[in-house]
Amino acid sequence: MNFTEKAVIMNRDDVSRAIKRMAHEILEANSGTRDLVILGVQRRGVPLASLLQEAIKAVEGEDLPMGAIDITFYRDDLSKLGPSPKVATTEMPLDVTDKVVILVDDVLFTGRTVRAALDVIMDWGRPRAIQLAVLVDRGHRELPIRPDFVGKNVPTSHKEVIKVKVEDFDGKQEVVVGEVQG
Amino acid sequence: MTFQRKDVLGLEDMSAEEILLALDIAERFRAVFDRPVRSVPIMRGRTVVNFFHEPSTRTRISFELAEKRLSADIVNFSVATSSFSKGETLRDTAENLAAMKIDMLVVRHKSAGAAQYLSKVLECPVINGGDGCHEHPTQGLLDIMTMRQRLGDLRGKKVTIIGDISHSRVARSNIWGLNKLGAEVTCCGPPTMVPGNIARLGVKVEYDLKRAVAEADVLNILRIQLERGAGTGFPSNREYHRMYGVTEDIVRGLKPEAFIMHPGPMNRNVEIASEVADGPRQVILDQVANGVAVRMALIYLLSGGDPGALASSDAA
Repeated sequence: MNFTEKAVIMNRDDVSRAIKRMAHEILEANSGTRDLVILGVQRRGVPLASLLQEAIKAVEGEDLPMGAIDITFYRDDLSKLGPSPKVATTEMPLDVTDKVVILVDDVLFTGRTVRAALDVIMDWGRPRAIQLAVLVDRGHRELPIRPDFVGKNVPTSHKEVIKVKVEDFDGKQEVVVGEVQG
Repeated sequence: MTFQRKDVLGLEDMSAEEILLALDIAERFRAVFDRPVRSVPIMRGRTVVNFFHEPSTRTRISFELAEKRLSADIVNFSVATSSFSKGETLRDTAENLAAMKIDMLVVRHKSAGAAQYLSKVLECPVINGGDGCHEHPTQGLLDIMTMRQRLGDLRGKKVTIIGDISHSRVARSNIWGLNKLGAEVTCCGPPTMVPGNIARLGVKVEYDLKRAVAEADVLNILRIQLERGAGTGFPSNREYHRMYGVTEDIVRGLKPEAFIMHPGPMNRNVEIASEVADGPRQVILDQVANGVAVRMALIYLLSGGDPGALASSDAA
């Protein structure tokens, strides 16, 4: 499988600005930081969640509790993919019952990852609400799931692939669109 | 690194990478136990059959718990309640199971090789839950997991296995698994219970218990299996205890951080003194908890389809 990059659709500054705007939107929608918990979906949702946490701190001066969600054990396509040897951890900073969870992922596509992440959260507690923040919404939903906060809407074809690069894993912060051959 | 095998029959034919992968994933499942909801939906809608042709309590319960925590549907049958008492052969039973479309089989059998035989007849994955005096891979893995939690990398670590080596599938699975991870294994027991050629498996043999444990990081004490005719290997339980029982006196001679394992069920005051079994050095309940996690990991790893398709999972 070969990934060929076609274009950079968000550079470092674009990503930073989008995160800042999303932080403001989250604070506005929730009238502040009360009961907010940020949970990033492993793997690239986690560094994005920390960026969001920093951006919120810059505005409100408050560190929101942050955690990570691993959906490996909740996928609906295990029989298609085979078990993944890459199992990351779920880390819950606190009991999410009655909290407002901001669920963070890099790309929203079919909605199946989010569906799995919702199940993970429900198995840990009963939040008052879960809101979805994604850096890129590329369409093609297969489930009735919609984001509450979006960095950028990118209409794509099914063949295209969106890659979000983050400092921690890729040494870069940008979003590229490309195609996969083979 | 992916897990390509269809079955888990023993640690002899597993690579160090596969063993470490299974243990890493088992650690992830351990974390699931601490949540309010202790199960995950991986095996929803799939059927696992637990076929126990030999009495077992803790292995069967541990497998059952592992399967339930993966949301599998479970069917248990054991020798007392199955047609084996009516004389059906293993092959006929297997073909009946295959016809009923099961998704996985866990088998415990008194004959060595039974799991391997079934793995060839059945298309579904087979996990060996102990076959005669041959192997008990899930016990071997949970033992190694427990050691790794305390010792980290097992390379160069010294493990002494004490007891009836001849009749012990736990010993054999431990030896194969530990050797692959670079640990140094010493076997200790009465000469009547240690096979003469055991050194060929790459272990040291020491008949004197005090000497065998002096340098050890871990003592893995085997159960004296009276039901397997172990009682003929020594004159009396008391004499066995005096020569090979792990007592307070033996514990005093251990390295300060050395710890003690036992696969259970214990014969108190035969292979292990009661005070030691209840003492601060033992990690027996860790072994029990790890057992469920290891079994979950193996079922998870065996339950998928084509691992070659993994590369595309990132795109979603």
